[in-house]
Amino acid sequence: MSSFTSKTFIDRLIRENFKFFTGVPCSLLSGLISYLEEVEDAKYIPSVREDSAVGLCAGAYLSGSLPVLLMQNSGLGYCLNAFTSLNLIYRIPVLVIMSWRGQGGKDAPEHIIMGDISQKLLETAGMDYAVLKPENCDQVLETALKKINEEKLPYTLLIEKGLFDERH
Amino acid sequence: MRGTEAFQELLPLLKDEPVVHANGFICRESFTLKDREANFYMIGSMGLASSIGLGVALCKPDRKVIVLDGDGNVLMAMGTLAMIAAQAPKNLVHVVIDNEVYESTGSQRSLSNRVPLELVAKSSGYREALRVNRKEEIKPAFEKLMNSEGPSFLLIKVEPCFDPKTGRVTHTPEEITNRFMNSLRRP
Repeated sequence: MSSFTSKTFIDRLIRENFKFFTGVPCSLLSGLISYLEEVEDAKYIPSVREDSAVGLCAGAYLSGSLPVLLMQNSGLGYCLNAFTSLNLIYRIPVLVIMSWRGQGGKDAPEHIIMGDISQKLLETAGMDYAVLKPENCDQVLETALKKINEEKLPYTLLIEKGLFDERH
Repeated sequence: MRGTEAFQELLPLLKDEPVVHANGFICRESFTLKDREANFYMIGSMGLASSIGLGVALCKPDRKVIVLDGDGNVLMAMGTLAMIAAQAPKNLVHVVIDNEVYESTGSQRSLSNRVPLELVAKSSGYREALRVNRKEEIKPAFEKLMNSEGPSFLLIKVEPCFDPKTGRVTHTPEEITNRFMNSLRRP
């Protein structure tokens, strides 16, 4: 099996024509963002809030680009109104790469509740997701692309601690 | 100047530019006066018209892109002013109809009677930020900004005048998406 790194994953997304990236950083995603800032075939726009990043991605999609939003699950609350009153009803897709802080109750106190309810919130909102692993990457991306290109709906990849390298 | 009069001055100045509309009074007034395919009517997601417009401006650098915003929306997403200033798209014109109230929910006060939004935009780093109080000033100010490099900000101070009988946008959200995307595909 070929190695699964921040670089190979982003390169794969770029090959699938995702070239517009934005987000709010998380340490679990720091390797991805560092690589995005050096790669030439994609651009990474820093956002100040996760919901602004949802808006930015919507504008990019409406203009013919395929957008990716990187964020920590702590930003999910900020985004729920944007997802439900913009993306889901307008059929504006976005690939969300969401780090899963607080998974299994083992994290700093501020992450515990959101870590416990992130999946339930996504399910309640009708937002499809999968937990990304090196071994399911092909299959998960195929599902995500179908959701985005055919149903025109968002798809979320939950990222567990340790999946990608952390640069800090 | 009443809010409707600002729209009556502004809308005839538009050609085929994409215009991203803030929710509430802004969408409804513009839709009622002059519906256009290149209008994106954001009916929910308050605060995000400016970030949607920024996304369009960055991905369509050859098109002049207009955000038609309201004071409540700008106040909700002041951080987006920083994002626009930092990315500095030359093709973005951010127009704000400032009635100092949340008009479509019953005219509760906003903060823009005490917070000069054009100064916030200017100090964030917009290239140009103008404030107009009279309707005669709208055309020259808008044309000046449309013919110069952005990002630029035009604050139009108006008096509330919204008639709740003014219709809501009748296109479905999906129709709004498809029309707007079609208009952007044309050169």
